[in-house]
Amino acid sequence: MDIGKTAVPDRSATSPGTLVTGYRPSDHERERQRYRRSRKRRHTWLSTLCTLLGLVAVGAAAVASPGWERVDSLFFNGAELRSAFPDLLRGFWLNIQMFLVAEVLILVLGLLIALVRVTRAPGLQPLRLAATVYVDVFRGVPTLLLVFLVGFGLPALQLQGTPSEPWILGVIALTLSYTAYVAEVFRAGLNSVHPAQRNAARALGLNERQTVRHVVLPQAVRNVLPPLLNDFIALQKDTALVAVLGPLEALRAAQIKADYDFNYTPYLGAALLFIAVTIPLTRFADRLQRRATQRTWAGAGQ
Amino acid sequence: MSESLLRIRGLRKQYGERLVLRSIDLDVAEHQVVCLIGGSGSGKSTLLRCVDLLEVVDDGTVHLNETELTDPRLDPDVARRRIGIVFQAYNLFPHLSVLDNITLAPRQVHGVPRRKAEASARELLDRLGLADKAHEHPDRLSGGQQQRAAIARALATEPELLLFDEITSALDPELVGEVLDVVADLKRRGLTILMATHEMDFARRVADRVCFLEGGVIVEQGTAEQVLTAPREQATRRFLARALDRS
Repeated sequence: MDIGKTAVPDRSATSPGTLVTGYRPSDHERERQRYRRSRKRRHTWLSTLCTLLGLVAVGAAAVASPGWERVDSLFFNGAELRSAFPDLLRGFWLNIQMFLVAEVLILVLGLLIALVRVTRAPGLQPLRLAATVYVDVFRGVPTLLLVFLVGFGLPALQLQGTPSEPWILGVIALTLSYTAYVAEVFRAGLNSVHPAQRNAARALGLNERQTVRHVVLPQAVRNVLPPLLNDFIALQKDTALVAVLGPLEALRAAQIKADYDFNYTPYLGAALLFIAVTIPLTRFADRLQRRATQRTWAGAGQ
Repeated sequence: MSESLLRIRGLRKQYGERLVLRSIDLDVAEHQVVCLIGGSGSGKSTLLRCVDLLEVVDDGTVHLNETELTDPRLDPDVARRRIGIVFQAYNLFPHLSVLDNITLAPRQVHGVPRRKAEASARELLDRLGLADKAHEHPDRLSGGQQQRAAIARALATEPELLLFDEITSALDPELVGEVLDVVADLKRRGLTILMATHEMDFARRVADRVCFLEGGVIVEQGTAEQVLTAPREQATRRFLARALDRS
């Protein structure tokens, strides 16, 4: 609406003495606001009540179950959690490191592959084909399977310079798997930029590369930020898959401790650590999503 | 004009610190066509959006017959069922055919059976000269045809009041006529219409009353003849000089 954008000059619109600040709502309006406030209070009350009732019901159902006593001591053992926590935290630091290294690689490689797939330069045909095959294959293979294949297969080749550190092998596997997804996300983003934008840039004399760099790519990345963050969150959790190769990350540390003490509480501790990172990331993704939506609407004009 | 269909009293709307509508009093009697004119940013669109409850008013009341639309106890959906609105940008649903666009509300909101809803939709399309477009999707229509389809969609629920928000502003000049002809026809059929428009000639021809808005107030209102040909207010004269200069 044009109203939203054009500033209406307050002073010219209002005669002296009735400026916005000096305005007194009518009794009718005040009654209306009172009603709205009380309705809002009622809604807050109701939602709080419903939430509490729901929580109580779930809790009661768990506690009342016949196996609760066993579950309580096996999964919710406070002393066990305290004694496992330092090891879990140390392990989790490795998860974070793997996540960060893999994420950077994934972003760079994913973007490159997406760019290769959307360009139309005839010289790049072989690369384009390779990129397509890569994405098709690696999106189709379960990530855990890739971790096994890379973790045990790559060292077996006994090539010179092949890393043998399990966590590095794990990062390679995760990167191979997630790059395929992220490349597709980027490609969707590149295709989502309206062709008119490209034309407008070319009309200004920008060449193909400048057009992509300054006009298409910034809009593409903006458009796909939410799904991209979604993949970040998934990757952050999937670093636990590397546990099968043996490095002492959070899940592996929990496993060792749990096996030693015959108690599953360390697993719960590891889960809490992952949640502690993914929940803020999720909220952040939500916020970006909201902002992106608002921007799209602003661009649409109505 | 004792009892109007639409009664607006002391309507006020502000966005943050910006006052968009100051204190609007406006009546629309049954079978009347009232045109709102004024520059962009004068508050025409906001006024229409307040009447359709797309905006929460900050003060004042809007009555449709006996119902106070601005009462927060009122379910806004119930009020909107009695009002039809057409937007500048058509806002047809792109994934539905013209026929499905028109029958959506009658079928989903008013529970009209499909056969009956489609029969009356076809009648409407026929009247608006779109009989052969029933099964097309909106992207296959010209702007004028899309806007006529949007009018048909608003009419399909037989609303007591129609709101038109600059429905010809997005159209190519040669397509404006076909949409305005439809509006003139609606007036002949006795519908009640409140419309924001930039088409002064059309307002002169069709409007029972013209209101000139500036800075969020109705500066002047009266018969089309009076406001457009012999305006009393300086602001109205200034606006008309500019508006007529453009066209």
